[in-house]
Amino acid sequence: MEDLLSILRELHPDIDFETCTTLIDDQILDSIDIVTLVAEIGSTFDVEVPAEELTPENFNSAKSLWEMIQRLDEA
Amino acid sequence: MSFASTQFLAFLAALFLLYYAIPRRHQWKLLLAGSLFFYWFAGWWCLIYIGVTALTTYAAARKVEDMAQAQDAWFQVHRPELSKEERKDWKARAKSARFRWVLACLLVNFGILAVVKYTNFVVGNLNAALSAFGGGQLPGFSIVLPMGISFYTFQSMGYLFDVYRKKCPAERNLGKFALFVTFFPQLIQGPISRFGDLSATLYAEHSWNTRQIAMGVERVIWGLAKKLIIADRLAIPLRALVADPDRYQGVYVLAVIFLYAIQLYADFTGGIDITIGVAQMLGVKVAENFQRPFFSKNVAEYWRRWHITMGTWFRDYLFYPMSVSKPILDLHQKCRNRFGPFGKRISVHVCSLILWFATGIWHGASWNFIVWGMLNGVVIIISEECEPLYTRFHARFPRLKGSRGWDLVQVLRTFWLMGAIRVLDVYRDVPLTFRQLGSVVAGFRPQVLWDGSFLELGISLGDWLVAAVGALSLLACSLLGRREPVRERLLRHSPHLAWGGCLLLILCILIFGVYGIGFDASQFIYNQF
Amino acid sequence: MKKHIWTAVFWCALGVTALVLLNALFMPKYMSDIPEGALIAEYYREEAGHDVVFIGDCEVYENFSPDLLWREYGIPSYIRGSAQQLIWQSYYLMEETLKYETPKVMVFNVLSMKYGEPQSEAYNRLNLDGMRLSRQKLAAVRASMTEEESFLSYLFPLLRYHTRWNELSGEDVSYLFHRDIVSDSGYLMNVEVRPAENVPQGKPLPSYEFAPVCWDYLDKMADLCQSRGVQLVLIKAPSLYPWWYDQWEEQIEDYAAQKGLPYLNFLEYTDELGLDFSADTYDSGLHLNLYGAEKLSRWFGAWLTEQGLVEDRRGQEPYTGIWNEKSAAYAARKERLEAEWRRENPAK
Repeated sequence: MEDLLSILRELHPDIDFETCTTLIDDQILDSIDIVTLVAEIGSTFDVEVPAEELTPENFNSAKSLWEMIQRLDEA
Repeated sequence: MSFASTQFLAFLAALFLLYYAIPRRHQWKLLLAGSLFFYWFAGWWCLIYIGVTALTTYAAARKVEDMAQAQDAWFQVHRPELSKEERKDWKARAKSARFRWVLACLLVNFGILAVVKYTNFVVGNLNAALSAFGGGQLPGFSIVLPMGISFYTFQSMGYLFDVYRKKCPAERNLGKFALFVTFFPQLIQGPISRFGDLSATLYAEHSWNTRQIAMGVERVIWGLAKKLIIADRLAIPLRALVADPDRYQGVYVLAVIFLYAIQLYADFTGGIDITIGVAQMLGVKVAENFQRPFFSKNVAEYWRRWHITMGTWFRDYLFYPMSVSKPILDLHQKCRNRFGPFGKRISVHVCSLILWFATGIWHGASWNFIVWGMLNGVVIIISEECEPLYTRFHARFPRLKGSRGWDLVQVLRTFWLMGAIRVLDVYRDVPLTFRQLGSVVAGFRPQVLWDGSFLELGISLGDWLVAAVGALSLLACSLLGRREPVRERLLRHSPHLAWGGCLLLILCILIFGVYGIGFDASQFIYNQF
Repeated sequence: MKKHIWTAVFWCALGVTALVLLNALFMPKYMSDIPEGALIAEYYREEAGHDVVFIGDCEVYENFSPDLLWREYGIPSYIRGSAQQLIWQSYYLMEETLKYETPKVMVFNVLSMKYGEPQSEAYNRLNLDGMRLSRQKLAAVRASMTEEESFLSYLFPLLRYHTRWNELSGEDVSYLFHRDIVSDSGYLMNVEVRPAENVPQGKPLPSYEFAPVCWDYLDKMADLCQSRGVQLVLIKAPSLYPWWYDQWEEQIEDYAAQKGLPYLNFLEYTDELGLDFSADTYDSGLHLNLYGAEKLSRWFGAWLTEQGLVEDRRGQEPYTGIWNEKSAAYAARKERLEAEWRRENPAK
């Protein structure tokens, strides 16, 4: 989880990712941020995030992102 | 049948009355029949193309869903026996087995699109290359583009992806699926609907809902007004300005940028208003395609608000899958290790450029559209890379950020920047466009704005005034409608206001609309364009 | 719910009213300019029937004077003429006229036999807009439309004339619901004098055959008149131009003989009529002026009387009262136009 937060902070240093749950709805993350994030997640956690997982629900908060990573890792 | 024709209005009126007269369970069948008639009207041979797309997509989606169900059933049973690695591996193989069907269907449909839309473009470029080496010439083909092929192909392929990704169920009724592909209000110019969004209301039974129908009718009238009063009127001087580019340089090019922005906006959003309004009259909810795009503060935002359904299609079905594909992730890994923070973004930029190339060529098979698309991509990448500069700038002038004045500066900058790129699509010739844009700086003669030169472009002073009042009304309605659409507001205040507004709009269309014989004279003069 | 319906009814009624008003406002008025456009509609204001009705193009409404026919022969007559009236338009006007009255004689000028297809949108409008809505009008519209025209715009002329918003004038407002009378029983008076000089011979044509459709309509005219007991008289007015070819003359003569219809080609009677083309035309021979028209009418009135086709209705009511008024208007118009012409051309 801490690794994920540091990836996020690198993208947007000014956002409090631990509490924010509207990353997509408030357009904090745009599509370019999203794919950068996926690439970083892939190299850090060794999971492949398929395109169908790139949804607002999965990317709205750090928590939902973390859940997605774990779910994908479990298969 | 164009939306702004008496034929279409008659067709719509007949369909509308029948729709609410027949038993509700047959409503969707009537829509299908109406859509097929609408399409047949454009040329019976068009039905073959759209038929192939509908059938292949229908079959492929069913096959993919059947496979997924079988795979899931097997997986439920055997999951406990498998290790984590085996599970991952099995899932990947199952997915690729399904994807083979998707790929076959994609190849067929994009193949058709490529052949009818791009053959002559490719042949033309090959010939140019051949003649440069002194070679012979290939013959061109006269292929007439089936109506709306780009739109319905994209919509169908989006559906197929959604089924493959288990975002929506496969439609098992061929008739219903054919209706999704051919739904007539969106055939000509979109929007590109998602099956999940459209299907709920498309196949439902609709009883008479006065309020919905009234809102739909109002939206159709509003769209017609935009098209007939503003867009078609401004098209006349634009044709004149573009027909003689050598004469109309400098300030005239600024005029082309400005007028084309308004003309295209009025034409395109007007058409979409008619589409959404017609659908609403029939109880069907079609996704919005615009969100006051000219108030965008940067190019990326503009593309989230202009032609939204196309933008999200490219994002979800091209940009995302491409960005998370193996080669791109490998590229990302390499660049990241070698170039540091900037390297992290290289792979994304590559995907952006490919995305904008595709967006460009989707708009039309010619170089001007490709250059137009790439320029959009380049501008977005530059502004992305300049982000630290902006941050420093705003740190220096903290009061500026968020102030109304600064917002306005950003909005105007985006409007003119997008406008300048967009004129590629007016001049339809890349070197010519850049020559014209260059002349703005070199040959700046502002006096043509007031010495009467603009009255020689095919429309009178009165027409310019009508267009100006119309454009300002659009602006006013956009501003007033930020929180709640103006017509909702009117209706809430008093039904009399809504009725009065509609009547006024209808009379304005009848009087100031550009239609009929009185306008053919100007058409005739400039029809070389 | 009831309130909603009344709101809807109210606004729909308001909308219809607005459309009617706008239609009236945008319609060209043809009062100060192009009076030809006002001719067709003027017929509906006639109070009594006519013994002779002329149907045709400018060669009737510029060349015959109904007032003289009344004054000298007691023949009540009317001209249903309009600019470049095509033969199907003439036919439907004839049919329509017979709904209102049954004259003794209908006179048709055969020049329009030369046009076998719709010619121009502008002339269609001048000739058709003035007709009252009727089966005949709709048929005439269908027969006349050029490719670019829409049928709907004849039912709602606003669809055609909406572009006039830019040029609306006081005339459009003051003549919203009424028109002045521009003609004398369909005759458009002109007193100017421009002598005919060097009228060019007609250029040879690839074919001198009239179009089949024209023959059809001429047949229909003959049949219609016969069935209604009206004597149809074919004429060719003594206009020097457009050129009237001998080949055309032969075809019409044959036709008239075969159908047993009287046919008068006034080009052959110019001496008998006493026409002087240096004084009796206002546009070098295309049309007669008032003096020429009166000469032609004098001869034609005598011919009608001699043939026993008409009777002298002077002294009969309501004709006398009506025609006295008409004659006064005619004389006043003549005086006014002559004064204008002399003021503009003192030398002549």
